[in-house]
Amino acid sequence: MSSNTDFEPKIIAFVCNWCTYAGADLTGTSRLKYATNVKIVRFPCTGRIDFLLLLKSFAQGADGVIVSGCHPNDCHYTSGNFHARRRWIAFRSILDLMGVDIRRIQYSWVSAAEGSKWADLVNNTVADIRALGPYAEYQKVADYLEKEGYNEEA
Amino acid sequence: MKKLRDRAAELLSQGVVSLVIGYEEGTKRPRPLFCRNSESTEKLIFDSRCFHNLAVYITKKELVGKEHFAVTAPISTLRSIMQLYVENQLSEEKLLVITVDLSGELREFTTFDEIAAYVAQFELKRGEREQEILTKIEGMSREERWKFWMEEMSHCFKCYACRSACPLCYCSKCVVEVNRPQWINPWPAPLANMEWHINRAMHMVGRCTACGACGDACPVGIPIDLITRKMMEDLAPEFGYVPGQPAKQGNALSSWKLDDREQFIR
Repeated sequence: MSSNTDFEPKIIAFVCNWCTYAGADLTGTSRLKYATNVKIVRFPCTGRIDFLLLLKSFAQGADGVIVSGCHPNDCHYTSGNFHARRRWIAFRSILDLMGVDIRRIQYSWVSAAEGSKWADLVNNTVADIRALGPYAEYQKVADYLEKEGYNEEA
Repeated sequence: MKKLRDRAAELLSQGVVSLVIGYEEGTKRPRPLFCRNSESTEKLIFDSRCFHNLAVYITKKELVGKEHFAVTAPISTLRSIMQLYVENQLSEEKLLVITVDLSGELREFTTFDEIAAYVAQFELKRGEREQEILTKIEGMSREERWKFWMEEMSHCFKCYACRSACPLCYCSKCVVEVNRPQWINPWPAPLANMEWHINRAMHMVGRCTACGACGDACPVGIPIDLITRKMMEDLAPEFGYVPGQPAKQGNALSSWKLDDREQFIR
């Protein structure tokens, strides 16, 4: 723990416009305090969140990613979150096979009424990522062209 | 072999088809042969060494656009043909599929139902090579897997032979050619290579028929076919398909079940 106390994780949250974004808004209007490490990106629906965006966030220096949308059956577009759920199952399976740290991607359902759940989600994820440390493994690969010699170091 | 040659010559001379796609003897192993007249059918061969997936040619418009054509197909190619049919890429009218069954008899399929019934007899099994590498990967920790794939990916120089060899990679514009924005960097660097292969695997979810053509085509010998292979095996029970059999409930990623797994969702 001691080495990680100074480390502030960078977390990107991909959220859907109709539930989680409104939920996060409610967290603010309810004056609930939560970790400031998260940067929120608003999408029309979880079904719109391309899996490559998650990889891109890691490549751009994120240490963790939150993906959140409407609870099942609550989707504004009826079935966007069901499609997204399938994609996440497949994506997790492939990432795990490739050796990407899937503990750094936190999926969640947060509705527009769950302001406190959003605060908890962010706080818990920040705590988890803080314990895991920076995602240096991925960064090293992402910075390959700037810092030559990935294989020599390893 | 004689039967196959005779039949191919017959089909061409009678004008039933104007093209027969098959195999001929190559320098080290059989290579694809395109017969447009009955003389060239003399070179046709068909045996266990013929595993080049010929299904990759049958979606090429410039090759088989207006013609009626026949293709000789071992079991892996038949699987790909079935998957292409499920995805509405083939029509029964133009295509005649010929295979040689286990007893050495010539079999012809004019409808996809016949192919489905024939393919259903064969279970998809791991070969010796697949078993060996996959057992190794399954025994690794996450960090070791990352290291293993990074080492393998460092050889990749983005020739996209895996994409060209795959019968199911038929998009007219591939995501790597999209450059507004540039999703996947075109140069060969470990991250760009890994993104490409993850992307390829994601596009194969529930579709890959594990023919192994991509891994076979790879000039630097990365076992990329095992990414999609393992993914198929892992996800099959969940998404309700059988690896190697045509998907009955539509594409895995464009359908869903109310009770899909969600223990990982907080």
